Amino acid sequence: MAVAVDTPTVFAAPGQPGSLVELKSRYENFIGGAWVAPSAGEYRENLTPVTAEPFCEVAHSTPADVELALDAAHAAKSGWGRTSPAERADVLEAIADAMQENLEMLAVAESWENGKPVRETLAADLPLAIDHFRYFAGAVRAEEGAISEIDEHTYAYHFREPLGVVGQIIPFNFPLLMAAWKLAPALAGGNCTVIKPASPTPWSLLKLAEAIEDVVPPGVLNIVNGSGAEVGRALGSSRRIAKIAFTGETVTGRLIMGYAAQNLIPSTTELGGKSPNVFFEDILAADDELLDKAIEGLVLYAFNKGEVCTCPSRALIQESIYDEFMGRALERIREIRQGNPLDPSTQIGPQVSQTQLEKIESYVKIGLDEGAELLIGGHAPAMEGELEGGYYFEPTVLKGHNSMRVFQEEIFGPVLAVTTFRDEREALEIANDTIYGLGAGVWTRDGSRAFRMGRGIEAGRVWTNCYHLYPAGATFGGYKSSGVGRENHRMMLDHYTQTKCLLVSYDPKPLGFF
Amino acid sequence: MPERVSATPPVLGLLERLAARYGPLVIHQSGGCCDGSSPICLPAVELPPAPGDVLLGTIGETPVYVDGEQDRRWQEPDLLIDVAPGAAMGFSLEGVESMHLVGLAR
Repeated sequence: MAVAVDTPTVFAAPGQPGSLVELKSRYENFIGGAWVAPSAGEYRENLTPVTAEPFCEVAHSTPADVELALDAAHAAKSGWGRTSPAERADVLEAIADAMQENLEMLAVAESWENGKPVRETLAADLPLAIDHFRYFAGAVRAEEGAISEIDEHTYAYHFREPLGVVGQIIPFNFPLLMAAWKLAPALAGGNCTVIKPASPTPWSLLKLAEAIEDVVPPGVLNIVNGSGAEVGRALGSSRRIAKIAFTGETVTGRLIMGYAAQNLIPSTTELGGKSPNVFFEDILAADDELLDKAIEGLVLYAFNKGEVCTCPSRALIQESIYDEFMGRALERIREIRQGNPLDPSTQIGPQVSQTQLEKIESYVKIGLDEGAELLIGGHAPAMEGELEGGYYFEPTVLKGHNSMRVFQEEIFGPVLAVTTFRDEREALEIANDTIYGLGAGVWTRDGSRAFRMGRGIEAGRVWTNCYHLYPAGATFGGYKSSGVGRENHRMMLDHYTQTKCLLVSYDPKPLGFF
Repeated sequence: MPERVSATPPVLGLLERLAARYGPLVIHQSGGCCDGSSPICLPAVELPPAPGDVLLGTIGETPVYVDGEQDRRWQEPDLLIDVAPGAAMGFSLEGVESMHLVGLAR
């Protein structure tokens, strides 16, 4: 991803004069290609974390609305399941085109609802989401079944068939990108879906639905908003879905896999991490672009205000370079511009909710009580004007050791836990001393060491001399307690299809048993 | 075994209301992303404890568990459970009252 040059213009907030984003006072569910009021008639105020003020109302649905969405999906599934790969690819491309045409609008909507800087949504969230639909449009065209010649008269023809109707539950941290990660392979595989956005971010996906409602056949994509307790559970435990996909925390991950076991359906889960970012001494051997990139690589813990499952939230720095490397990184952290995320020069916006903010504050306190040293940040800054009530937290660094709780538990905020290591063996030991295994970073000029570390770290994704790149075509998913399954790759089509074997005999002779 | 969990009075009232609506409850202390550090309250039948889970104690009638490995890595803290405004982001039942549980290590 390339970050655009800063422009001085602050985007107008949705619904304000001159805004790119049209805003209605109230949003219903998107079911069967139409906007459908929640059956109990209840709505909830939707806040922006930028100011903590409500800006619209969104359906607060009940299990009855999940059933309506499942009805629509089941009505559409045989038609959609029979479309050719080329037709499905056309729909995915049309979604991507509509997103491209509305890129700035959707980027502003996403920033306003989630709090993430618009420089990130413009340069990362939206371009990646668009490309994701294009990637699966291409991938599904290239899919082939397989034929096995069992013997000269007997052939096994293997076809990929859709699962039918799937349930998908997405997190609040990348509402549009995580929707794209789940929708694109599901639709490419010929499935219809019922998707539930996260409770703090129910709206931006509805803005996407407005942009694509004419290009997606009715019932193929259904969006139901509501609480996890009512709507999430009703969807996750439904006997009317053929697969459930979930991103979130570990207990709900267990619960989802339990529902799947009870209903005898497959599940995929992505449950977070505590990703190590390992900096070897040779990275400081030259004062060049790679060193600059490595410093930015450490500061990327503040990307999306740290609300990233793969947040590089543990920095492991070789002790011989700690003082100089950390000193330079702290200078960079000190320069982070915090403020209104709709200002393209803003580098960190507010956390998504008061709940998240309180959790982050409590973890910093836990860290300090454990004896960690506060190197920078550590507080909710006093913001001025309309930002005063927003959920802002300073980029923070705590120095300590890997057995501390702030090194072991996912904080989901801009809080970096930093420690040192003596040698490669110890670096690997610390990197793997966690129950999670989602992401990791390795920074070194020694290719052999990078390879050894990359193979040694128990994580689904090891970025080498880079971090936080999410191109379609590179698998993403967890080792250990970070979840089961992979996203972001054509192997997702395996997760969203089932294999039909036609075993055909061209031999007229009976078996002869009876 | 000494109780390692306690709760504020509002939590006791909340759990009574939820139990009246959903039947016997269980609380599991979560980990991981999003609302990962929260206690998650569920109908007891939906998530029985796993063999490796540790029983921290009970709040009223509701048992509170945590994954044993997570507990060890958190250095086996005592837990005070409180409740705060704002709907739980995950499946936790107090979300229906637009509240969320908060687990405070002591």
